[in-house]
Amino acid sequence: MTVGFIMMCHTALDRAAQVARHWAKSGAPVVIHVDRRVGQHDYTAMNRALADLENVSFSRRFKCEWGTFSLVEAAQVASEQMLEQHASVRHVFLASGSCLPLRPVKELVDYLDARPYTDFIESVTTADVTWTVGGMDFERFTLRFPFSWKRQRGMFDRYVALQRRLGLKRKIPDGLVPHLGSQWWCLTRQTLSAILQDPDRAGYDKYFRRVWIPDESYFQTLARLYATSIESRSLTLSKFDFQGKPHIFYDDHLQLLRRSDCFVARKIWPQANRLYQAFLAPRSEGETQSEPNPTKIDRLFSKAVERRLKGRPGLFMQSRYPLQDRENGKTSAPYSIFQGFSDLFENFDGWLAKYVGARVHGHLFGPMRTEFSGGETVFSGCLSDSAALRDYNPRAFLTSLIWNSRGERQCFMFSPRDTQAINWFTATDPNAQISVISGAWAVPLFRSTQNFSILRREAARLQQIETDHLAILRSMYVKARVRIWTMADFIENPMEPLQTIIDEISPRATRRLAEAPRMVDLTGFGQFLQNLKNQGMLPRLMGDFPVGDDPRPNSSRRGRPYLVK
Amino acid sequence: MRIWKSYRLRLKRKRYLARAFRKRRELKVVANRTDQIKPGDVLLFATLRNERVRLPYFLRYYRNLGIRHFLIVDNGSDDGGLEYLCDQKDVSLWGTQASYKKSRFGMDWINWLLLRHGHGHWTLTVDPDEFFVYPFCDTRPIRALTDWLDTYEIQSFPAMLLDMYPKGPIDAVPYTEGQNPFDIACWFDSGNYTISKNKQFQNLWIQGGPRARTFFADNPRDAPSLNKIPLVKWHRSYAYISSTHMMLPRSLNMTYDELGGEKSSGCLLHAKFLSPLTAKVEEELQRQQHFAESREYKAYSDALSSEPDLWCKWSEKYINWRQLEILGLMSKGNWA
Repeated sequence: MTVGFIMMCHTALDRAAQVARHWAKSGAPVVIHVDRRVGQHDYTAMNRALADLENVSFSRRFKCEWGTFSLVEAAQVASEQMLEQHASVRHVFLASGSCLPLRPVKELVDYLDARPYTDFIESVTTADVTWTVGGMDFERFTLRFPFSWKRQRGMFDRYVALQRRLGLKRKIPDGLVPHLGSQWWCLTRQTLSAILQDPDRAGYDKYFRRVWIPDESYFQTLARLYATSIESRSLTLSKFDFQGKPHIFYDDHLQLLRRSDCFVARKIWPQANRLYQAFLAPRSEGETQSEPNPTKIDRLFSKAVERRLKGRPGLFMQSRYPLQDRENGKTSAPYSIFQGFSDLFENFDGWLAKYVGARVHGHLFGPMRTEFSGGETVFSGCLSDSAALRDYNPRAFLTSLIWNSRGERQCFMFSPRDTQAINWFTATDPNAQISVISGAWAVPLFRSTQNFSILRREAARLQQIETDHLAILRSMYVKARVRIWTMADFIENPMEPLQTIIDEISPRATRRLAEAPRMVDLTGFGQFLQNLKNQGMLPRLMGDFPVGDDPRPNSSRRGRPYLVK
Repeated sequence: MRIWKSYRLRLKRKRYLARAFRKRRELKVVANRTDQIKPGDVLLFATLRNERVRLPYFLRYYRNLGIRHFLIVDNGSDDGGLEYLCDQKDVSLWGTQASYKKSRFGMDWINWLLLRHGHGHWTLTVDPDEFFVYPFCDTRPIRALTDWLDTYEIQSFPAMLLDMYPKGPIDAVPYTEGQNPFDIACWFDSGNYTISKNKQFQNLWIQGGPRARTFFADNPRDAPSLNKIPLVKWHRSYAYISSTHMMLPRSLNMTYDELGGEKSSGCLLHAKFLSPLTAKVEEELQRQQHFAESREYKAYSDALSSEPDLWCKWSEKYINWRQLEILGLMSKGNWA
């Protein structure tokens, strides 16, 4: 007993002929259906090319249009011809002209011999199908589809909408339970002849003529009536993507296809010379009885589809430029922003770098230049330290920085003196960790030797900027991890918040902070604030600093590190 | 309002096509072998001037990708390039002495050739210093890409311009004929690009790279555009508007996904920063035939006198397309 192949061809007939010859020479009869839209010239050329093989025949030609019953008709006629002419055939394998056998016919025959009553046809009830495109699954069977989806799309959609609105429904013939599945099947003679010789066939055909894409449902549904043992899977490796287009195999898939152990693969790029050479070459007929195992190929293709639909989070590039809120990740990795810390503490970035395994920058958005860590003029990805370049597109600067340094957490200082253009972006980014000591911007002013009137104006400006920023950070749209302290609260007990922040940045570091960063000397800060008030400016953001009761400067005066119990 | 807008764009497109039609008189046939073009061939279109040294590698590179026919406009070369191209069996050549600037930097001539010979073909429009890289270009010919695009009914394929540069002064290592330019200029900037969207034409405007970093750091807005759409399934009603940066109808510019996904895209490796650059810049400044009063060339000229080194310690060394894919400069999309 053997297997017979039906080939449905419409393009690349030379390749189809090559495959047909391969099968026929291995002793498997082949019936070829060529789409009637193929020109007579190409058809006779194919005829002639295969004329020397007596177990290859051509079936009556139909004009096949995607999604119509003509494809089923062609398969029916070719099947009848196969069953009639080749009595030795026990399994009939439906393949396409762009299929390629990956294993010798002998192995397929052995495989089928071991399962003589099994039909291999993917056949799933409509409720369980997830892959239909356009959301039409059960409606395929209950609506009418007189218009072509490809050529008369407008009419097609409108007629479907109309039927839905009017609630028109077709009656599904008694006894039929609609099933869907891949159109590439391998049925036993018993099942196939039962379908073809069914006394009710005329009725079924009439019904399926108006079903949408009947080649994915005709045999799949009717096989359920007669088959004794259905394996609901296709022996043809054929993957479809999210738009219902088949994935295509190229020369560089050779190893992947070899290792898949599938019998037949679809669809092969016609110019994939290496694949055709490799798989059609005469091979030693192994005794391998291995099961097809396309997991690797499945993974490859599902990753490709995911790349197309979801993309890489945090990447903005020439073919991925998401609209706002459709980013699927505004940035590619977590990062931390410290506002006010570098004003309140001396050498805060140096201290932080010691305790977190991260890259600590200075004021990345500084007004004069971008302060990369270590004072570098260029950083990862060749980002320049030019403030003009950065401010030309601050969001691109930040997302590029995070993207370029994937694998290393980025921390940077921020202050109301810096470019504020990214405030909404960072506040709404779940990857951002924003810690603010409000009012700390006043410390450099307090230590400045400038004219007081200039300081007063500057203080008013910075307070306004920080107030606006805080309003953003307190809005309902915030997605970032935000922590805000007033300066007065923070210097009361700096170690606890610092420990919390650092634990969050590097959760696995078990070491407690041994040393606090050196706070600047704040003697007279209360008086400074009072002076600002006396000049008519109201410093609000730093909290309560009574005159005379200056914050007790920590370690710095004693000149040795502050130890935590 | 929307109808009015699209009507205006339609007029604009017609105007460009009419311009191309008018400018066809400036082109003199040198060698017309377009009768060799077969249906389904992928065609390459280029304008060039005095690129003799670069031509052998250029032709070889694109022949290897599977380009079947080259349609080239020679704008008054006097270095023997015209004769060289004339001898190539798969090149159709037109010559012109007319102004490069007045033909919108060669685009009118190219638009005409595209209209006349490109209709129904996949067409690749590049400069002689641009080398097209697409996903799987090391294992699959360009025909595999265009066939795949055809199944998805995609009409245009984007490829960002990626400026390549050598380590050290640009003119230090001389380029010899037939050599792969990226043996010398093998470095590039991997992640300092900025993108904004052009509302009128719907295309992305990409800037950045070494040119923005070194020549335009104080004036980023003037930095050259890097977005390009070189590969198009041409229809006779299409027109390139500004170089290959954007085209009409606008739908062809929508080569990017806006819902978070990635469409597939390639890169054009740009072998501009290669010796002899200084001489070339001098000559181009003399001719005054380039975009925006040749401001780009002025910037180069100012900088070149101090022998600039575009290389920095964060520069990436080019390996292959997969590297560009991982860095996020191009994407496979759902092509696997």
